[in-house]
Amino acid sequence: MTTRSKVLVMRETRSAYLFLLPSLFFFVGFVIIPMFMCLFTSFFNYTMSDFKFVGIGNYVEMFQDKIFRRAFWNTVLIVVVAVPTVTIFSLWVGSSIYRMHAVTRSFFRCIFYLPVVTGTVAVAVVWKWMFNKYTGLFNTILSGVGAIDQNVSWLGDEKTAIWCIILILFTTSIGQPIVLYIAALGNVDPSLVEAAEVDGATDVQTFWKIKWPSIMPTTLYVLVITTINSFQCFALIQLLTSGGPKHSTDTIMYYIYYEAFKLNRYGYGNAMGIFLAAVIAIFSALQFKVTKSGSVD
Amino acid sequence: MKKLVALLLAGVMTFSLAACGSSPAPAEEAAPAEAAPTEEAAPAEEAAPAEEAAPAEEAPAAESVAADITLWTYPIGKFGDSATVDGFITAFNAVYPDIHVSVEYLDYQSGDDQVTAAIEAGTTPDVIMEGPERLVSNWGAKGKMVDLTDLWDEEALADISATSEAVVAACKSGSGAYYEYPLCMTTHTMAINKELFEAADAMQYINDDRTWTTENFEKALQALKDYGVDTTGVVYCGGQGGDQGTRALAMNLYNADFTNADHTEWTMNSEAGVKGLQQLVDWCNAGLLSYDAGAVASDEIQLFANETIAMSFCWNAANQLTYAAETAFTPYPVAFPSESGTPELCGGIWGFGIFDNGDADKIAASKIFIEFICDDATQGPISIANTGFFPVRSSYGNIYAGTEDEERMEMYASFQQWLGDYYNVTLGWAEQRTAWWNMLQQIFDGEDVQAAADAYVETCNTATADASAN
Amino acid sequence: MNSGVKHTTAYDVIVMIIMIILAVLFIFPVYWIVTGSFKDAAAINAAIPEWFPKNPTTDNYVRLFDKPAMQWLFNSIFIALMSMALTCITAAMAGYALAKKRFVGRGMLFTFLVCAMALPKQVVLVPLLKEMSFLGLHDSVWAVILPTVGWPFGVFLMKQFSETIPTEMLEAVRIDGAGEIQTFLTIVLPIVKPGIGALAIFTFITTWNDYFLQLVMLNSSKNLTIALGIAKLQAEMSNDFGLIMAGAALGAIPIITIFLLFQKYFTQGITMGAVKG
Repeated sequence: MTTRSKVLVMRETRSAYLFLLPSLFFFVGFVIIPMFMCLFTSFFNYTMSDFKFVGIGNYVEMFQDKIFRRAFWNTVLIVVVAVPTVTIFSLWVGSSIYRMHAVTRSFFRCIFYLPVVTGTVAVAVVWKWMFNKYTGLFNTILSGVGAIDQNVSWLGDEKTAIWCIILILFTTSIGQPIVLYIAALGNVDPSLVEAAEVDGATDVQTFWKIKWPSIMPTTLYVLVITTINSFQCFALIQLLTSGGPKHSTDTIMYYIYYEAFKLNRYGYGNAMGIFLAAVIAIFSALQFKVTKSGSVD
Repeated sequence: MKKLVALLLAGVMTFSLAACGSSPAPAEEAAPAEAAPTEEAAPAEEAAPAEEAAPAEEAPAAESVAADITLWTYPIGKFGDSATVDGFITAFNAVYPDIHVSVEYLDYQSGDDQVTAAIEAGTTPDVIMEGPERLVSNWGAKGKMVDLTDLWDEEALADISATSEAVVAACKSGSGAYYEYPLCMTTHTMAINKELFEAADAMQYINDDRTWTTENFEKALQALKDYGVDTTGVVYCGGQGGDQGTRALAMNLYNADFTNADHTEWTMNSEAGVKGLQQLVDWCNAGLLSYDAGAVASDEIQLFANETIAMSFCWNAANQLTYAAETAFTPYPVAFPSESGTPELCGGIWGFGIFDNGDADKIAASKIFIEFICDDATQGPISIANTGFFPVRSSYGNIYAGTEDEERMEMYASFQQWLGDYYNVTLGWAEQRTAWWNMLQQIFDGEDVQAAADAYVETCNTATADASAN
Repeated sequence: MNSGVKHTTAYDVIVMIIMIILAVLFIFPVYWIVTGSFKDAAAINAAIPEWFPKNPTTDNYVRLFDKPAMQWLFNSIFIALMSMALTCITAAMAGYALAKKRFVGRGMLFTFLVCAMALPKQVVLVPLLKEMSFLGLHDSVWAVILPTVGWPFGVFLMKQFSETIPTEMLEAVRIDGAGEIQTFLTIVLPIVKPGIGALAIFTFITTWNDYFLQLVMLNSSKNLTIALGIAKLQAEMSNDFGLIMAGAALGAIPIITIFLLFQKYFTQGITMGAVKG
């Protein structure tokens, strides 16, 4: 390497860091520092009135904690179910809507965006009423058509509760992806599509060969924001089930909150937080790798 | 790279240590301009060793105290309503113009989280209004509260003891400090739909003093069922909201004890306790009763109010008032059914505590405020009437005499004779609350009652032991 | 399957039917909230649902405005707009540097970013709380804004967008003697504008709905947000659904406005480096 290029690199580095500075300030100040504090205090029996070093005691307890393990698998279930279904479904809805007339398209785009703008608390109140065992809409309709002969407590049954949560999460998550997919499909170069059709490609072929690669960046974005949403699924659980019945809707996020804010076991909560952060980091990196290698870049 | 990490870590450590011991230095308190010259002393730095500076009797001449204090209330009757509380403060300021009180309103959904956050951030209020399970056995036990022994003078002690020794005991911590100065109390009951019970010919099973036996309760359920009532009542267990109702129901059926007498162990896995829980499961299986693991008390009361169900297990004088406009029938309060016919009802005791913010002036001012709200000859009864409950001081007598509420309140007052042990002050209370509804979910889902109750008791006992070890 | 010819097929009809069913499902909660905000307590709690308010009342709104609802709304808007602006500015700058500059530590920084971008803020809530209290910012809107801006997702997104900037263009202006700031303002920003639009909407909405961070960080009623304000209307033994729904309806207005304002950025779509492909 010549001195000249070294100087260039140094100059690039300096100007790059100047551009990065504001962002790094916030990132280090409000993500990295708290993260280190989190890591540090996770080795303590840190409660409202105590701060005693316990080594990896919290981590040992965590892996032996049956509720934690349950919460972990519930979190995995939510992410594994919600992320692909939201992505696939919004892509399907997006591609169905985008072929429609402009007015219809705007109409549907707004409709699917509604739950996003309504706010979690109010949405939860309505769903809670719809799921009600005695007066809820679902039971009224289902027993009306004779599909069930006994009222189901949708949120109170171990088998159904988490699916109800996933359903609500689903309705509040697909608005943004749909809107994005409509836009992305509208951006696909029409000449490429026409050329393919002239060559006798079927709709399915056109989709996979032409459209799919060009909407790949949107897919990556959708995957990331849906993952964020799914891991953060907390308010719905707090408002609807408190993690019940029988811990079937406990997620790590909710359990951290419970340990930290209800029982004031901050050290234990932080240990779980570190664990969750590690899982998410690996998951994000993998997701990025996979979609990156799939794109035409 | 390594150096960088080490540096960062060192920074973080100093930082977190500093943060842990940091004192409240709220930059807010934009006190009204006209109060500027009196700006009370004690800058934040001086107040730093907050924990140690236990404020002993300071006793300055009451009128000379000038301070800005904050009050946080939970929605206890009208204490959740700003117009009402502002009225109280105006009355207070007419006597003590130099003490400025600002109020924030908490709710039961998120209030505890907010207090926790405030404690960790050092932005706690001066005065807080709630019950002993929070003031005494939670925040008090963790050393966050000021000992109020000087408010509990001989006169107050005698007056409150005359109403109930249980109230005095509940406000006192294990170490003998009083972390709550109580204002009002009530007993939690259940309620039935009177018209429906009459129609089903089930009123005969309820005694004139509004008690009933377990046997008669079952007959009443059967009568309702025969009359065609689809769902008689719902044992809710979807969360901790209003769990005093399900606790009182399960323990009274066969007169079980919830904890031992000195509040060190949980005892619902006793023979009588398990029998009561089993009875609830059996009734549900027989279709005489229903359960819902997706509902909490507010949902259940709503079902009661809209006449979907015939009874509510979560009722008290305040609820009657809240739901008065919505109900098209007569909610008739009754005691929980018990085998012996003598129920033991859960009580509610509400009052004030002071967070130890290390500022003697604010603590003194807070005490003056509490005394005014609770003990002032005119304000005291008004404060209590606005909670919708009953005075803890026997000298207040019947504060509802001559009001339109007299008849209703007299009837609710008659339940006070069944007031049971205030076991809510047992340490590990927060863990117990969660364990309780989880246990109910398990037994209704078909798990063995004894095994579930044993597991529940073990969880609670561990939590209690841990909490008392600290 | 026959292709090329565009006419209404059975598939299209099925799609339309499914869309309409879905639309009803999605509209219903909103319909229920808006009509519910005009019902009295008995009607809202009726065992047999009242599909349309028989005796509409504005009482819920009157009671809502008894509380500092406008102040909450203002706080929400301030927090969301401030987070949005700061996030967009810092992320656009950082994204450009990451995408277009070769500098020491770039690979490590980017790996860091990818790993941290999906992290829920709640994981570090207690340390954040301590930090804010240390800085004297607890119970101020900044305690909500600063951590939101620090979240690296925006940088990641803007880095992806900045990849689309043609390097030749940057070189050309550099040869013309343009400074760094000028390059950024005249070349970079116009190209990544759709990305900023998408990021702005995303930040605005997540901040608006992030009620847990707000709950922990804010406690005086003058500092509450509308999401928090609504959540606090729920009581232990009675739920004032009418008030909650009125609050939700009020809270939805600004966010719908934002959506409509920024909608055109959506229609431009997210290209993120696809131009090359």
